[in-house]
Amino acid sequence: MTSTPHAPAATPAYLQIEDVVKEFGGYKAVNHVSLEIAKGEIFALLGSSGCGKTTLLRMLAGFETPTSGRIVLNGQDLAGLPPYERPINMMFQSYALFPHLSVWDNIAFGLRRDGLPRDKVAERVETMLKLVQLGKYAKRKPHQLSGGQQQRVALARSLAKRPQLMLLDEPLGALDKKLREQTQIELVNIIEEVGVTCVMVTHDQEEAMTMASRIAVMSEGHILQVGPPGEIYETPATRFVADFIGNVNLMEGVVSADEPDHVVIDCDDCRHYVGHGISGTKGMAVGVAVRPEKITLTREAPANEFNRVRGEVKDIAYFGSFTVYHLALASGAVLKVSQSNVQRHRDDEIAWGDAVWAHWSPTAHVVLTQ
Amino acid sequence: MRTLPALSSLRPRWWRGRSVVIGIPYVWLLVFFLLPFVIVLKISFSEMELVTFKDLITVKDGVLQIALKFSNYVYLTQDDLYFETFLSSLKYAGLTTVFCLFIGYPFAYFMARARATVQPALLMLVMLPFWTSFLLRVYAWKGLLGENGWISDLLIALHVDHLLLAAGLIPSLGKFMNSPFSLNIGMVYSYLPYMVLPLYANLSKMDLRLLEAAADLGATPWVAFWKITVPLSKAGIIAGSMLVFIPCVGEYVIPELLGGPSTLMIGRVLWDEFFGNNDWPTASAVAIALILLILVPLAVFNRYQDRAQEGAR
Repeated sequence: MTSTPHAPAATPAYLQIEDVVKEFGGYKAVNHVSLEIAKGEIFALLGSSGCGKTTLLRMLAGFETPTSGRIVLNGQDLAGLPPYERPINMMFQSYALFPHLSVWDNIAFGLRRDGLPRDKVAERVETMLKLVQLGKYAKRKPHQLSGGQQQRVALARSLAKRPQLMLLDEPLGALDKKLREQTQIELVNIIEEVGVTCVMVTHDQEEAMTMASRIAVMSEGHILQVGPPGEIYETPATRFVADFIGNVNLMEGVVSADEPDHVVIDCDDCRHYVGHGISGTKGMAVGVAVRPEKITLTREAPANEFNRVRGEVKDIAYFGSFTVYHLALASGAVLKVSQSNVQRHRDDEIAWGDAVWAHWSPTAHVVLTQ
Repeated sequence: MRTLPALSSLRPRWWRGRSVVIGIPYVWLLVFFLLPFVIVLKISFSEMELVTFKDLITVKDGVLQIALKFSNYVYLTQDDLYFETFLSSLKYAGLTTVFCLFIGYPFAYFMARARATVQPALLMLVMLPFWTSFLLRVYAWKGLLGENGWISDLLIALHVDHLLLAAGLIPSLGKFMNSPFSLNIGMVYSYLPYMVLPLYANLSKMDLRLLEAAADLGATPWVAFWKITVPLSKAGIIAGSMLVFIPCVGEYVIPELLGGPSTLMIGRVLWDEFFGNNDWPTASAVAIALILLILVPLAVFNRYQDRAQEGAR
C-alpha cells in the first residue's frame, strides 16, 4: 500500500476511542467501537443515517456520555468533561451560527469565553477572517451571507480557539453539488494549513473519499472497515462495504480451483480467474466483486475462457465523462459496465439490444468471504 | 388554453374574498374604536353648556368658526394631581411589568424546555385562570389579603410584613389591603399569563443547537443563557412587556378593588371625572393624554418588530 501525505504515523494514537458503547433505551446506537486516530489526520466516519456516526461524534464533543468505554485525547481522558471544558470544537451541521451576532462576533464568541484580552481577540478574529477570506463581511449578520460564506464563518468560528481536535458534522451537506466540490478542496487546504486533527461525519462517500486521509465505514453501530480511501474502495473487506462504496457488480460463486498463485471461482454466468491466492478452500461459497470501470466491452469474443461474459445491452446511461451500460446476462442478472468517453465519437457505437462481450483482467476482482 | 379568463377577473376588483376578510375587522374597528375615539377627541376640545356641548364648528353669518378649547389640556398640566397620577400609573405599570418578567421568564423557559408531551398540559394550566371571570379572581384577593386571609396570615407568620412596611409598600404591620403591595399583587397575578404566553411562544421556537454551539465554544450554561437565549428572546420579552404594561397603565378594576384610596391610578381618575364630577371635557382630555402616553411605547415596539422581522432568516 502506498502511503498518502497524511497517513497515520507509528506514534501512539492522538485520539483513542476504546470500546465505546452508547445505549438509548436498550438500543445500542454505538456498539463497541474502538478507533485510533493520529495527530494531523482527517478522519471520516462514513455511513448511512442511523448508523451511529453522529452519536459517536456527539460523544467526542461531550453532548452525549458513553454508556461504557473510554475516550482519550492527547493523553487526557475526556470522561466527565462538559463540552465547554473540552479542547474540542465542532462545525455543526447547517452551521448553528448565532443569528443575532455579526460574523465578527460569531468568530470572537469562543475567544471571549476564554477571557482573552480585547486586542488578542481582535487579532485572532482578523487572522481567521483572512484565512477564510471573509474580511469584507465581518459586520454582516449570518442571514445576510450565502450558504458557502456561512460555511466558512462556521469553519473560522470552530478553528478560532485552536482546538486540539476539530469535529465536522456533515460539513458540506447544506451546499449544492457544484459548490460542494469546490469547497471540499478549499476546506481540506485550510484544515491542512492550520494542521488540526479532524474527525468528520458524512453520509456522502465522495465527500469522505476526497477529504479524508482515512475512512471508517459504519453500519448499525459497528465499524466495518477502517482504511485510506483507496484501500476501502479497491479492497473492501465485506459485501456491505463493497456495495456501500461506489458501484459494484456482486456475483456469488464457488471456489473450484485453489492454488497459491491463483483461484478459479465458478459463477452462474462466468468463470473468474483471480490472479492471487485467497484465504479459503476449494468448494467454499464466496462473493466476487468487480467494479464497473474495470470491465471492458467488445463485440468479438475474448480468447480467454475466464473473466468474460456475454450479455445484451439493456440500458445505456450517459454521464458525460463516462457511460454506464447495463448488460442483461443469461441468468437474468444485470452487469454494470462503465466506459470512459475518451473520444467524442466512436465508430460502431454500442447500442440498445446489441449482444456484446464483457471481460476483465485477473486483478480486477475482490473476493469477499464475508 | 387561455380562452377562459380566470373566474376572479370577472368580478369587480373590490369584490374579492380577500377584501371582505380584511374589511370586516376594519369596519368593526372603525365603528367601535375610531368613531368613539373621534367623539372623545371632540369632547376634549369642547366646552360644557349646561348638559350639552358647544359645537366645535359653527357657521355664523356665512363665516366658518372653529372653536377649539385647549383649556382642558392646559388644566391637566396645571393641576399636580394629574401629573402625579400619570407618573404613579406608569410606576405601577412598570413595576408590574418587571415582576411579571422576572416571574414569567423562568416559568416560560422551563415550560419551553419541558418534555414535548407535558407542554400542552402546562400551557393549559397557564390559561386555566381565564376560565374564571377576571373580576372574581381580583375580588378573591380581597379575601386572601384581608384580615385573617390565608395569604396575610402566612405573610405575618413569615414576618414578611416587616419587610414590606420598611419598603413603604403597606401602611402598617399586618395590614396588606388597600396598599401599593396589594395593588401590585393583583396586577402581577392578573397579567402574568400575558407575559408567559409570548415568551413561551418565542422560547419554544429557539434552535437548541445554538446552545450546543455555545457550549462547544466554551460557554457555561449560565453564560450561554445570557449571551444566546436572552438576546434571541428579545422579541418575546418586548411583546410580553407591552402586553402587560399597556393595559396596566389604564387599569381601573384592580386599583378600585385592591388599591384603596392611597394608590393613584389614571383609570380611577378617569372614572371620577366622568361619573363623579361629570366633567366630560376634562375626562376626555385625560383619556386622550393617556392614549398618547401608551402610543409612544407601542410605536417603539412596532419599530422594533419591523426590524426584528427584517433580521429573521
